[in-house]
Amino acid sequence: MIEFEQVSYWYSDVESLLEIKDEVLNSVSVVIQKGEFVVLLGRNGSGKSTLAKHCNGLLIPKRGKVTIDGLNTMQAENLWEIRQKVGLVFQNPDNQIIATTVEEDVAFGPENLGLPMEEIRRRLEEALSIVDMQDFRRKEPHLLSGGQKQRVAIAGVLAMHPEYLVLDEATSMLDPEGRGEIISLVSRLKGSITVFHITHYIEEAVNADRVMVMDEGRMVAQGTPREIFNLRDQIVTWGLELPQVTETAWLLREKYPHLFPTLPVSETELVDALCLSS
Amino acid sequence: MLGKSIVLGQFIPIESPIHSLDPRVKIILAGVLIFILFIVQDWFSFLFLGIFIFGLTLTAHIPTGYLLKSLKPILFLLVFTLVLQIFFTPGEVIWEYGILRISREGFVRGLFIIVRLCLLILATSLLTLTTTPVELTDGLEYLMNPFKRWGFPAHELAMMMTIAIRFIPTLLEEADRIMKAQEARGANFETGSIIQRAKNLIPLLVPLFINSFKRADDLAIAMESRCYRGGIGRTRLRVLQLKQSDYRFLFLSLAFITFVTFSSFFLW
Repeated sequence: MIEFEQVSYWYSDVESLLEIKDEVLNSVSVVIQKGEFVVLLGRNGSGKSTLAKHCNGLLIPKRGKVTIDGLNTMQAENLWEIRQKVGLVFQNPDNQIIATTVEEDVAFGPENLGLPMEEIRRRLEEALSIVDMQDFRRKEPHLLSGGQKQRVAIAGVLAMHPEYLVLDEATSMLDPEGRGEIISLVSRLKGSITVFHITHYIEEAVNADRVMVMDEGRMVAQGTPREIFNLRDQIVTWGLELPQVTETAWLLREKYPHLFPTLPVSETELVDALCLSS
Repeated sequence: MLGKSIVLGQFIPIESPIHSLDPRVKIILAGVLIFILFIVQDWFSFLFLGIFIFGLTLTAHIPTGYLLKSLKPILFLLVFTLVLQIFFTPGEVIWEYGILRISREGFVRGLFIIVRLCLLILATSLLTLTTTPVELTDGLEYLMNPFKRWGFPAHELAMMMTIAIRFIPTLLEEADRIMKAQEARGANFETGSIIQRAKNLIPLLVPLFINSFKRADDLAIAMESRCYRGGIGRTRLRVLQLKQSDYRFLFLSLAFITFVTFSSFFLW
């Protein structure tokens, strides 16, 4: 369980020595249960990336506390274990691949854990097959597409056998195809590992167990995708856009109020609802 | 695209007995060769060592012409050395014109130094032609490991080299992109005097530098969150293991080199 308790964070201004208390996180309380697939939405500058970096102690809260399975990120001696439990995948696929081949990079984490060679091999094979990159094991990273690089990054994290996978805007620099690859990978992972997916693409939240929305450093809403998509007016004020399907449904409902007793969130739901009502 | 086509280092990806040797063996041998080339003082030794290097080239299936190409970058240095030696070594004059005079000793010494330099370059090129940069890094890390106890940062150096190798294509690609972006706004990288062209590179280099700092920052965070904490307690996916053939090759080569050196000092 990842637990944020009243967490506040602000970046301090090095030059003036004065801490500008422009809070990037403002008393955020979040609980992520084991096995959940949680999506966090928020526009640029809403504080969602800062939140992600708190999950494995890359940032330490200035007020409040973050615990992972009871381990407080504040205590330096816990960090090692926390980082094994919580794997982070970052935004830029180019800046998180360390080694010169796919294989070596996936092995980087297990190597750091000091595992014996056979175990590293085993985990390498396992992780590569999960992300479906076995055929690229000897490839150099610069020869891969954005989506493939990001899959390698995910494999590198999975090879450490984490309990939580945090994707910090891992899809935001990819083309639609690459994004598709990552989204389908994440939905395959769903259930076997806790996934905390942070994004500003609202349609990536459709399959989530729970959706959270952040704006201006605060947690502004939480609920199932359907509950969140129902807050049409607020979604606009949070700087987000409804997924096309839901937006269509809203527009149709304005004209034909009897349509859609429940708001459709996926294409099939929309089609089903339309076919039933006619 | 620029980044896709470049080959790192000079490595030629073919299979040969030399390619499959343990990188440590090749590094040690190259080191020994360089050392010996500096201490031997006669033509016979050069001849034998030259034949030795040529033999290795054949075994490595590397075209001799290709190996000789590695001398091109130092051509100027070679000519310069020769000219200096020829004109400025005192001795028996064999040719004279105005203030220029050539001595026999100068001529012989010039040639001698040139042959020595050529053999040095060929020996090291043979190493880089048959060993991938990654293998080289691995080999160096292993060889530097014993010095760790005196605080020598073996692991850190190897990690730096790995990251440098990893990012060369990425940075080249980025340079290519920035160049195109600047050209689209009217920048000119191709014409003008050397100074002008160097100045024109500034709008390319500044963004490139700033971006690399950003990359370094990101990379450090990514490494840290994957439990990296330096070389302590770290294991490896690829463990270098000396095979019997490695020992045999190293032993035979060292025996040959020792014989050449020995005979150079005592036999003739």
